[in-house]
Amino acid sequence: MIGRWLRDHLVLLLGLAVLAYTFVPIAVVVLMSFNAPASRNVYKFDAFTLDNWLHPCAPEGMCSAVGRSIEIGLLATLVATILGTLAAFALVRHDFAGRSSSNLLIFLPMASPEIVMGSSLLALFVAGGLGGKLGFGTIFVAHVMFCLSFVIVTVRSRLAGLDDNLEQAAMDLYATPQQTFWRVTFPLVFPGILGAALLSFSLSFDDFIITNLNAGTTTTFPMFVWGAAQRGVPMQVNVVGTVMFLISVLIVVTGEVNSRRRTAKLAR
Amino acid sequence: MASTAGAAPVAVTPAPAESGRRRGYLGYLLLLPAAAWLILFFVLPLYSLVATSLYDPSGSDFRGYEMTYEWSNYSNALRDYWQPLVRALWYAALATAFCLVLGYVLAYAIAFKAGRWKNLMLVLVVAPFFTSFLVRTLAWKLLLADDGFIVSSLQAVHLLGPDGRLLATPIAVVAGLTYNFLPFMVLPLFASIDKIDHRLIEASSDLYANPFVGFFKVTWPLSLPGVISGTLLTFIPAAGDYINATLLGNTNTRVVGAVIQSLFTDANNYPAAAALSVILMTLIVGMVLVYVRRAGTEELL
Repeated sequence: MIGRWLRDHLVLLLGLAVLAYTFVPIAVVVLMSFNAPASRNVYKFDAFTLDNWLHPCAPEGMCSAVGRSIEIGLLATLVATILGTLAAFALVRHDFAGRSSSNLLIFLPMASPEIVMGSSLLALFVAGGLGGKLGFGTIFVAHVMFCLSFVIVTVRSRLAGLDDNLEQAAMDLYATPQQTFWRVTFPLVFPGILGAALLSFSLSFDDFIITNLNAGTTTTFPMFVWGAAQRGVPMQVNVVGTVMFLISVLIVVTGEVNSRRRTAKLAR
Repeated sequence: MASTAGAAPVAVTPAPAESGRRRGYLGYLLLLPAAAWLILFFVLPLYSLVATSLYDPSGSDFRGYEMTYEWSNYSNALRDYWQPLVRALWYAALATAFCLVLGYVLAYAIAFKAGRWKNLMLVLVVAPFFTSFLVRTLAWKLLLADDGFIVSSLQAVHLLGPDGRLLATPIAVVAGLTYNFLPFMVLPLFASIDKIDHRLIEASSDLYANPFVGFFKVTWPLSLPGVISGTLLTFIPAAGDYINATLLGNTNTRVVGAVIQSLFTDANNYPAAAALSVILMTLIVGMVLVYVRRAGTEELL
């Protein structure tokens, strides 16, 4: 009996084991956010405390680094999402020469190692005489660059999977092209755009290798963590990690619940 | 990521399916801003990188650099840093292999065995990776520490000697890479496996193939596009990554990414750093081309 059940479910169990493995470090991050370390070099859980949560900004420079990362993330996401969405519409809805080279141009940044993209941008900035002016602006430019391809690919796949019968129907019912776009097409594509924006914010917020090369003296959150890793990591870093995890889970779960509700509504 | 690059004629003579595409200049207008950004800040920098790699190495940030077509920058970079270069590619290859095994199991389970939990499981695959890459890697540092749970368990079953350790070894570096790049493997694999018609697998078992033969003759070949894009999407970023090698390894696990970074920012030796970066890019592009040709599909590009 048990042997049979096991054989039927072996793959699922192994899959769940792999999934559990991906959560192990998250568990450590959450646990360590309640840790009161006995020394600077933390290798274990010493004592329970709420201090890290009550005083998240205690480590010098951490909160300003988080703020800067959020600022850069929002700006880069805004620009990348707008430019990327326009490009996705062009690729799916419009015909033009140079389609295959455009596809290559979009694909390559996703397939290049970050260190190469980062060092080539730095080479460009230095050649352009910006070597001493690295900072917020150069980070922003870099982040939009590596987010763009991901936005285009995400929105494009949503747009390509769209049922154009709905647009046909709107046109048949005498909707103008503008009305059709804003009342039918855009709402249908919007989840894809939102997903792309979330992806690009998290890519931007999390980037270290490209940012580190092009940041000058500006410090983002990953750069703060990197610096701290050399001399002993403050436990508040884990508070930020936990909050990031919770926010992303919240967003994803809300999205899932919403789409289920919508499907249920349509089914009725 | 299946695009039309390999099917250029399609763009010239629109197939019936493409008749919905509008002609005219609006398409160019919509594409222009994004294309311009990528050309200015992705293509142009690559040119700049190659140019920098040929500068006179005796220049400096302060005095400026002279273009002297210094090809010896390349041979010098290879001579000085071939070890970190080979090491990075080797670690990335190992991590890709481990990712493939773990990722295949997970993607297969989600596609075929998860039933109504499919979407939830997919979300769970991505969820941990929204927490900062560095913070997660530091968590592994704690887990693999000398007096940590994993090391003491391995010592208890004598898989690890009494002074054996994991942190600051190549094992930890490969484990970290495997962990951090797993979603890049799982998602393309899932997309491929999910598309497989289950009746084909049933047919193989009706024809008396045992599950193993069925898997290797039916499921595996049909999932190859996912295997190829997954391995590439894992290998390429892993080869350039130096976060894992630095945080989880030791001075003997230094990889090429770390060398490039420190040549740029600490040593200010731009020509050498640029040459090494070009070498890395060329090696990766070369390996990818050979691999894609061997695998017999150019669908990815």
